[in-house]
Formats: sequence, structure tokens, C-alpha cells
Amino acid sequence: MLDADFFRRWMTATAAAVDREADHLTALDSPIGDADHGSNLQRGFRAVATTLEKESPDTPGAVLTLAGRQLISTVGGASGPLYGTLLRRTGKALGEAAEVGEDQLADALRAGVDAVMALGGAAPGDKTMIDALVPAVDALGDGFAAAASAATEGALATTPLQARKGRASYLGERSIGHQDPGATSSALLIAGLVEAGANGG
Amino acid sequence: MGDGKAVGVVLVSHSAEVASSVAALAKGLAGGGTAVPVAAAGGTEGGGFGTSAELIAAAAHSVDRGAGVAVLTDLGSAVLTVKALLAEGDELPADTRLVDAPFVEGAVAAVVTAATGADLATVEAAAREAYDYRKV
Repeated sequence: MLDADFFRRWMTATAAAVDREADHLTALDSPIGDADHGSNLQRGFRAVATTLEKESPDTPGAVLTLAGRQLISTVGGASGPLYGTLLRRTGKALGEAAEVGEDQLADALRAGVDAVMALGGAAPGDKTMIDALVPAVDALGDGFAAAASAATEGALATTPLQARKGRASYLGERSIGHQDPGATSSALLIAGLVEAGANGG
Repeated sequence: MGDGKAVGVVLVSHSAEVASSVAALAKGLAGGGTAVPVAAAGGTEGGGFGTSAELIAAAAHSVDRGAGVAVLTDLGSAVLTVKALLAEGDELPADTRLVDAPFVEGAVAAVVTAATGADLATVEAAAREAYDYRKV
């Protein structure tokens, strides 16, 4: 079973990965975006880590809801409401249970991904974070490692796609040949599950 | 017509200057002395380009007179942030609506209409109709 500590570890592992990869994310965002994805997410996930430490929410749902709210408040770009909605809706779907199973997490994360698609209007193949998140949720039944691999493969597979959502879509065919920064950061988020599971008490 | 309370209007842009200038323009075209509360929420709290959930929430509360709040946005994260805040349920005043309208023309239509004492639905409809005014 996964308790609030697991979800806290998931968020801190993601914050550390975003810190590590911030320059890479911003570099990916330079040719097709406005070169702020790494720094925006870094600011957001640092704030998440700080808030979780200060407020110590005691259920899985509360951890993710608080994290999501913090991202919406602090990111300043489109990734704030998108990741914020992902975590908040996932948290709400987990309810108030003190512990949840991996299958419950998979169902909740699917609800979160559906909410992101409803908010931003993106579908699979539009060259967005959805292209990493949908394969990850589909693979989650086979474990965290399988989900992380699927997310990474999904992110890499955005390279030949033409962007149909967000600022990159203004570039039309010129967006082809660049890996999507949002799908790349989504793969970091899913990889955080593996780390959180490995460091379990 | 409403019950004497004016609908509030919030203008959300990636740029502080764009938001405050459009607010000034809309108020000016509505007649400088209009009692319609209009607030700008532009850029990030640090003064850069972007969107701030805090500035949006503060602006919405500052124009809330109990007759509803119409929020107009420019693009991208401005739209998504307002939608995410509305989905949350408690960060914006009750009866706050994201209005689907062109930013400048919609702001003018919203403020001019609100100045007549119209209710939120009428203000929203006027701003939306700004899309139908073709220029060519």
C-alpha cells in the first residue's frame, strides 16, 4: 500500500529531477517555445517541496491536492495550471484514504490525465505532455518501472510530431524534429514514482 | 437590469502593461466617470511576462460587488490559469465567469455594457458578440 510518505517522496523526487534537468527542459523549450519551461517548473516544484515540508498533509490525496494548488500558484506559465490540475484531480480522486493501492493510483492518475486533456484540449499525438502521460497510465498496471519507460518512450516519440496545441503550434511544420518539453517533464514526473517506491520505508 | 450593483471586470494578460492599458482604454470608452469596477491582472508577480494565479484572484475579489465578475484573458496560460482556478471552486468570488471574447474589443464591450447596470449574463453576451464584428 502507498501512504502519504510515498506521495511526499514522489513529489520531492520529481522536484530533484526537475532541478537536475531544468537546463535541458529550457533548452528543449527554446526552439519551439518561450525558453522558460525548466525555470518555471523548477520554481513550482521547489515551492511544492517546501510547502509539503511545512504543512505535512497526512493522506495521499491531501499531498497531491496541496502540490497541485501550489503549482497553479507559482509556475506562471501554462505548465502551472496543467500540472496543477493533473495532481489536484489525481489527489481528489484518491479521496481521504490514509493508504491507497497501486491500482487506485492508476485509476486516479487516469482521472487526472483526463482533466488535463479537458482543460487544455489536447489529445494524444498533439505533441504535448499527454503523449507521455497517456502511455504511462496505460502501463501503470505493470508497475512503476513500466510506466516510467512508457512515459520516456512517449516523450521521445513526440520528436517527429507537429505541434497542435500551445505556442509551438504557431510554428506549424517547423515544430517537427524537436522533442516536446512538456512530454519530457511529464516523463520525469512518472520516473519519480519509481524513485519513491525504491526508497520506501 | 441588475439591482444597482455593477458587474466587475477583470482583464488578464501575459503583460502588466497590456492588461492595465486595456483596462484604461475600456473605462475611457465607457465614459471616464464610469462606476464599473475594472481590475488588471497582468504578468507575473515578479513583473515578468506570464500569468499569476494570485494576481488574478486578488483582482477578482477587488471588483466583486456581489453582481458577478467577468474575466477576459489573452491566451495560453492566462486562459488555462483562470479555468483551473474556476475548477477549484473557492479561490475566485462566487459567480465569476471566464468570458470567451477577443481581449480588447471584448473588454470595451463588457465595461460599456456593465456601465448600463446590466447583469453578468448580459455583460458576457456583449463581450462574446465582439467576435462577430468583422473588420474586413
